[in-house]
Amino acid sequence: MGKEIYMSVALSAPDITRALIRISHEILEANPSTHQITLLGIPTRGAHLARRIAISMSEIAGHEIPVGTLDITMHRDDLRLRPPRPIMPTSIPHGGVDGREIVLIDDVLFSGRTIRAALDALGEIGRPHTVQLAALVDRGHRELPIRADFVGKNLPTSITQSVKVHLSEIDGLDEVLIEGN
Amino acid sequence: MRHLLSISDLSKSQAVSILDTATELARVSDGAVKKLPTLRGRTIVNLFAEDSTRTRISFEAAAKRLSADVINFSAKGSSLSKGESLKDTALTLQAMGADAVVIRHSASGAPARLANSSWMNGSVINAGDGTHEHPSQALLDAFTIRKHLGKGAPDLVGIRVAIVGDVLHSRVARSNVLLLTLLGAHVTLVAPPTLLPVGVESWPVTISYDLDSVIGLVDVVMMLRVQQERMSDLFFPNAREYSRYFGLNSDRLKLMSPHSIVMHPGPMNRGLEIAAEVADSARSVIVEQVANGVSVRMAILYILLTGQPLEAGSK
Repeated sequence: MGKEIYMSVALSAPDITRALIRISHEILEANPSTHQITLLGIPTRGAHLARRIAISMSEIAGHEIPVGTLDITMHRDDLRLRPPRPIMPTSIPHGGVDGREIVLIDDVLFSGRTIRAALDALGEIGRPHTVQLAALVDRGHRELPIRADFVGKNLPTSITQSVKVHLSEIDGLDEVLIEGN
Repeated sequence: MRHLLSISDLSKSQAVSILDTATELARVSDGAVKKLPTLRGRTIVNLFAEDSTRTRISFEAAAKRLSADVINFSAKGSSLSKGESLKDTALTLQAMGADAVVIRHSASGAPARLANSSWMNGSVINAGDGTHEHPSQALLDAFTIRKHLGKGAPDLVGIRVAIVGDVLHSRVARSNVLLLTLLGAHVTLVAPPTLLPVGVESWPVTISYDLDSVIGLVDVVMMLRVQQERMSDLFFPNAREYSRYFGLNSDRLKLMSPHSIVMHPGPMNRGLEIAAEVADSARSVIVEQVANGVSVRMAILYILLTGQPLEAGSK
């Protein structure tokens, strides 16, 4: 008789698709000079979300929106506390980041520490005009003064719960789960 | 993983993860800002009780690119030359708060002694001990081979490597035999019988005494330095004869298959084991090995020095 782990689906596949399309529209609305926008996804799942958002934004805007990935592992502040993490690829699209409107894309916004690390990593690559943040899920419990500009879904959670994002590119299906009580 | 003492301590997946990490870190070296904040505030000591150019500056560059503080400590000009014992040196390093010690020593097993003692609690990285092992060199060699011939595979399955020359005195050869076979490559040792160690027949390698019959069949020719400073006996009649039978010259270069590469861990004896025109040819990746060494050593430092919470009571 193991302890039951409570698990509920917070976002289904159609919910995720709708959220990403809405984020795509919001990013374009907030940045009228659409040729200046560059999307950077934070690996692993943020990178896939960034690619999806870039595809729908390119359709809406009528021109290609550059998309890349930004690995933040080497800039984390908890490297000593956990086993070594694998380093993921960073790929900055043609045109770089200098003077661009950069939109960082991550799956779950939680403590804000990942985004702090991302800002440091970005600062070493260049000087964007602005840096904005889009997250599929904002689960609260921020530990730093960081907020998202574009949020797919605000999920009020308790600190003991965990939020799992599954994407078809990696996990075979799209869903967001909340685990724990 | 806390120490890097020998390739035999590594599993295949650990070896592959070091190479993968190095691949990503190599991009840092290509970027405008060649520095990451990862090891800020950590102290790495280069303890070199034996001469070195490449390995020491490579570890120093790797540590600095990860923002660690580096203290260089060489036998000449330190109390080591006054006869201070390894233990007292280690206690000194511990008192100075070294998080990692990169050690080169003429005695095989010195890094293991340091790691398994209670003299200090930092990580120990073997940068070459006697005629035993030189694991970071083997990792950078495997990295270089994978980059040129790996065709995107994580390991080296199907790649044929000839290691040629003074295997007897070579810690590079020992570490490379262990690592390359761990990663699935097939290794042939080519050397005069006098320069092969006792017990070599139990190694997972093929042995040949004839370079010309092997050279056309392999993807990688790794030349070893003839370590005259370690040779107290006569191992071959004279340098000219050694060079004629076991040296890589431009005639032998023509026998190599078109995609194959020439490696050498350095420092080279130009004109002895390798001809100058071969060392400088397009086939040679010897200078690239040095550049890759920095990325691989960054990966080693990253993997050893992260993920260790401060022990209760220390600092």
